[in-house]
Amino acid sequence: MLSENSLPVKAMKAFVEKAATDHAASQGGLLPCLHEIQAKLGYIPDDCLDTIATAFSLSRAEVHGVVSFYHDFRTSPSSNQCVQICCAEACQASGSRALEAGASGVLGIAFDEMHPTDNYRLERVYCLGNCACGPSVRINEEVYGRVDLAELPALVREAIPS
Amino acid sequence: MTLTVYISQDTTAVAVGADRVAKAFSHAASEAGIDIILIRNGSRGAFGFEPLVEVDMAEQGRVALGPVTPGETDALLAAIADGQLDCHPSYLGPVNDIPWLANQTRITFKRCGEGDPLDLSLYRQLGGYQGLERALSLSPQAIVDEVKASGLRGRGGAAFPTGIKWQTVLDAAGEQKYIVCNADEGDSGTFADRLLMEADPYQLIEGMTIAGLAVGATKGFIYLRSEYPRAQKMLEQAIELAITEGYLGANLRGSGQRFELEVRMGAGSYICGEETALLNSLEGKRGVVRAKPPLPAIEGLFGKPTVVNNVLTLASVTSILADGGAEYARHGVDRSKGTMPLQLAGNIRRGGLIEVPFGVSLHQIINEWGGGTRSGREVRAVQVGGPLGAYLAREQLDVPLTYEALAEIGGMLGHGGIVVFDDSVDMAKQAHFAMDFCAKESCGKCTPCRIGAVRGREVLERVCDSTASSGDLILLRDLCETMEQASLCAMGGLTPLPVKSAMDNFPEDFGVTDNHYEVAV
Repeated sequence: MLSENSLPVKAMKAFVEKAATDHAASQGGLLPCLHEIQAKLGYIPDDCLDTIATAFSLSRAEVHGVVSFYHDFRTSPSSNQCVQICCAEACQASGSRALEAGASGVLGIAFDEMHPTDNYRLERVYCLGNCACGPSVRINEEVYGRVDLAELPALVREAIPS
Repeated sequence: MTLTVYISQDTTAVAVGADRVAKAFSHAASEAGIDIILIRNGSRGAFGFEPLVEVDMAEQGRVALGPVTPGETDALLAAIADGQLDCHPSYLGPVNDIPWLANQTRITFKRCGEGDPLDLSLYRQLGGYQGLERALSLSPQAIVDEVKASGLRGRGGAAFPTGIKWQTVLDAAGEQKYIVCNADEGDSGTFADRLLMEADPYQLIEGMTIAGLAVGATKGFIYLRSEYPRAQKMLEQAIELAITEGYLGANLRGSGQRFELEVRMGAGSYICGEETALLNSLEGKRGVVRAKPPLPAIEGLFGKPTVVNNVLTLASVTSILADGGAEYARHGVDRSKGTMPLQLAGNIRRGGLIEVPFGVSLHQIINEWGGGTRSGREVRAVQVGGPLGAYLAREQLDVPLTYEALAEIGGMLGHGGIVVFDDSVDMAKQAHFAMDFCAKESCGKCTPCRIGAVRGREVLERVCDSTASSGDLILLRDLCETMEQASLCAMGGLTPLPVKSAMDNFPEDFGVTDNHYEVAV
């Protein structure tokens, strides 16, 4: 099995083991550990739960419980590139319902799925802290304000060239 | 000639084009052979004017232009060279005289936008670290007394008196205590924490250090939501620089006192803004709410006595220590002391951060500061206090913004978010969203919230589809009552607030006219 960014299995295992051991030494290190693994691999592979559990002296079920609780953590291969449409109240007040309804159509991708050709996901998010200039969209690390449905594809193309 | 220009690096400023304007300015200046010093400052929170460009003019001080587009930069530079800047259409005048800013009472946000957020010497020059210097000379009890005297109440939403919380932690026995900053600002319509962390990160660091000295805690955590990557970078850099200057670490400014600080990232869970869920999350667990008691002040993070405060609460403490609690308490009314950073958002022409003493009316904020809706249509509903706050109708906008006055009309001030909706809003859809959001974000620990929100969502789906029976609205009231009375935390307990206020204040959107619903009950 190859990870998302094509790390060989052995290298991936070594990476997970090191991340788990490092973070297990700090108080409450499980979330930082999971963030680090996902940043590198794009998701939390099921077959690394045992390694993490051992390092943290937890059961596999407990680690699974944490992974499944948080929206940020993914359990299937995915890119770390992401387009997020803010769907919370302040953005609703300035037009995000239309953006949410039309985004899939103009981008050619369903919510919570990977784009068939371009390497990104489409997600809903609830508040990006840009509430005075909504509707807001986040593409990777950047937030865009007052986004209009018609300009969304161009914004995405510019930030994530296919 | 060398020109000093300030363009903000804040998330919202950049979201509306500040990076492009900054680039265009540098380019235009080099083309014109003008030397410029471009400082990427924090934002003043005047988001309706962003991208805001400030130019340092020798005699007038800093003058502001906004909103500026990248295409205007050549003309702006030419206008500066000709001394004709005040004729430019986006000219706003000296930045401190812009009414939108000048009419505020800035205490917590006074430094935001003044300069590079990471410039520690500027922070000190503008009064920073005076609070800590004073705290280092006081006993823990004297620090807590100063906070008590200020009347400061938690700015995160629950409005618990900060001094009493700190006293409990100070009095709790324990070798290890913690300071936890709740920077999981998940409420839609709020961005004050983000703005402050991006524009004045040292103030939060200083406030947490003072809290540590006050209660005897040597370690602090900032729990930051993952939706705020800029704030994360800013805080991490600021912590590094503060360590270098001896403002954090094993020997605070040579006093022999210790305080260490770490930023921890959340993972997209709204409920982790609830303090006990946050503590579980920090411990590396599922963000499930804990039953209280024990209070976190007695058994908090890793079972140790813990102060959990919001970003703005901790930041406010710096001024309280520097200038005295009595000075802070001069502002505000009733039991709402000091200033409240309000956040004007949604469908609004000039939204942003408005720090004013408690007691200013909602009407003033929306019309005088906000200039009405961005769409130009009439205001129909205003949600105050985040997703768990009430939807107020136009007739209620005279309410003064204090904890007490909002509670009187069945609302709450929460973290100070104000979201304006115009007359195109469908309030049944907003009520549906409130239940839907609760169903998605419930931690699942208590039944009223976990099941109640799902049932509530189903009823409201029928209302939105116009397939609801009259019994459905009675059922919805009943569900709301159960959630209010029996939920473990504010998520389940307050989700009924937007739902019920939408039903009460906008009955026409729920397929019932005026009082028919009341008759049915």
